[in-house]
Amino acid sequence: MGLQVSLQKKLNGFNLDIGWEIRNELAVLFGFSGAGKSMTLQLIAGLMRPDNGRVSLDDTIYYDSVTNTDFPANKRPFGYVFQNLALFPHMTVIGNILYGAPSAQKHEKMNHALEMIRAFRLAGLEGRYPHEISGGQKQRVAVARALMRRPRALLLDEPFSALDRPLRIEMRGFLREVRDEFNIPVILVTHDFEEASAIADKVIIYEHGRIAQTGTPEEIRSAETPSGACAVRV
Amino acid sequence: MDESVLFSIRLSLQVAAVSTALIVLTGLPLAYFLARRDFSGRELLDVLLTIPLVLPPTVTGYYLIILFGRNGFIGKYLYSLTGWSIMFTWYAAVLASYVVALPLMIKTARAAIESVDGSLIDASYTLGHSEPDTALKVILPLAKRGIVAGMVLSFARAMGEFGATLMLAGNLPGKTSTMPLAIYSLAGSGEWSQAHFMVLLLTMMSGIFLYVANRYSRRII
Repeated sequence: MGLQVSLQKKLNGFNLDIGWEIRNELAVLFGFSGAGKSMTLQLIAGLMRPDNGRVSLDDTIYYDSVTNTDFPANKRPFGYVFQNLALFPHMTVIGNILYGAPSAQKHEKMNHALEMIRAFRLAGLEGRYPHEISGGQKQRVAVARALMRRPRALLLDEPFSALDRPLRIEMRGFLREVRDEFNIPVILVTHDFEEASAIADKVIIYEHGRIAQTGTPEEIRSAETPSGACAVRV
Repeated sequence: MDESVLFSIRLSLQVAAVSTALIVLTGLPLAYFLARRDFSGRELLDVLLTIPLVLPPTVTGYYLIILFGRNGFIGKYLYSLTGWSIMFTWYAAVLASYVVALPLMIKTARAAIESVDGSLIDASYTLGHSEPDTALKVILPLAKRGIVAGMVLSFARAMGEFGATLMLAGNLPGKTSTMPLAIYSLAGSGEWSQAHFMVLLLTMMSGIFLYVANRYSRRII
C-alpha cells in the first residue's frame, strides 16, 4: 500500500532506473542536480512516459508497462507543485485556486476555495495577480491550488529553491502541516540536505539515476557515507 | 463621393472581414496543431500553408485558377453539380484574400502558442484539465496578443490584396473591384483625384492596422 514506484527511462544519454515505496509520510528525494529526481516526479505524474516500470497508489495502477496501463496526467490524482510554481499569470489568486478543482460544482468549489484561502493565510489577496504577491504567498497559492482537487499524493519539485532562508524554514513547517492535515504521501525534491533532514520522515538519496540510500534522516546521518552527495553535505 | 468609390471601399471591407473570419476559424486550429503536435510532415505542411507569403500573388492566383477555375480540379465538380463557378464573383476575392493572408495568422499564432511556458500547460494537466480545456483556458488566453496581432495583420493584408484577386475575380466595376483594383483602374484612366483619395485612405488604414498589430504583438507580462 502507499505509493509504489518502479521506473526506467533513457533520455539524451541519461539513464534512470529507480524503485521505491512510501506510505502516507513526507518523503524527500535528495541528490545533486541531474540525478533524476525531477524526472521521477514527471514520470509519476504522467507528464513524461517511462520506457518501463509501474506506478501505483494504494489499489490503483496508473502506469504499468507490462499491462500497457497508462493514465494521462489529467486522470492521475497527484497534486504537483512545479519548481517555478507555474501560477497562471492571467488568473487572480482565487482564479488559480479555483482552476485546481475542474470537476466540482460551482458553489461547492467556491466554498472549498475560500476555505483554502483561509487555511493558507491568503485572505485579502484573492483578487491579486501572481506578479502582485510575494514569493512566499506564491508558494502557498501553488500548494493550495494543487490540493484543491483533494489529490491522493502531493509531488513538490524544489518549490522552495528561490526563497530566502527564513521563508524556507516557514515553508517546511507548513509542509508538515499539509502532511498531517491531508494524510497523503508527500514527496519533496531537494538538493539541500539540511532541508531534507529537517522535514523528512524518509529520505531517498539519488545518484546518477539510481537510488544510493534510503532511510530516516537519522539512519542516513549515522550510516557510513558511501554516497559522494551525502559526504559533502552532512 | 463617387458611387463606385464607395462601392470599392464597402467591398474591400466586406472581403477583408469575411476572409479574416475564415482565417480565424481555420488558421487558429492549424496554428495550434502545428505548434503543439509533433508529427512527420509538420514542417512540410507549414511550408505548404505559408508559401503564399513569399510567392508572387499572381502565382498564387494561377494555382487558385487551376484548382477553382471552371475547368479546375475542384471547380469542374462544383460547376457540374451546381452550374456555378466562383470565378469573377466577390467570393473569388474572398478566396484569394484568404489564401494570401492565412500565412500571417498561422506564423504569428503558431509563434505565440509555442511561446506559452510548457510548465503552465503541464500544471493545467496535473490539475485535472483535459487538452481542449487547457487550450481554451490557458494556451489561447496566454497567446491572445499574438493571435490578435495575426488577425489584424491578416485583415490588413486582405484589404490590400491585388494580384491573386485580379487573376481570380477579375476587375469588374460594381462587382469585384476592391480598393486596390479600383486604384489600378483609376490610375490607368487618369482619374487622379479619386485615385489620390483611395490611396490615402488605404495607406492610413494600413498604418493604423500595423500600429495596432505592433501594440498587440508585445508580450503580455
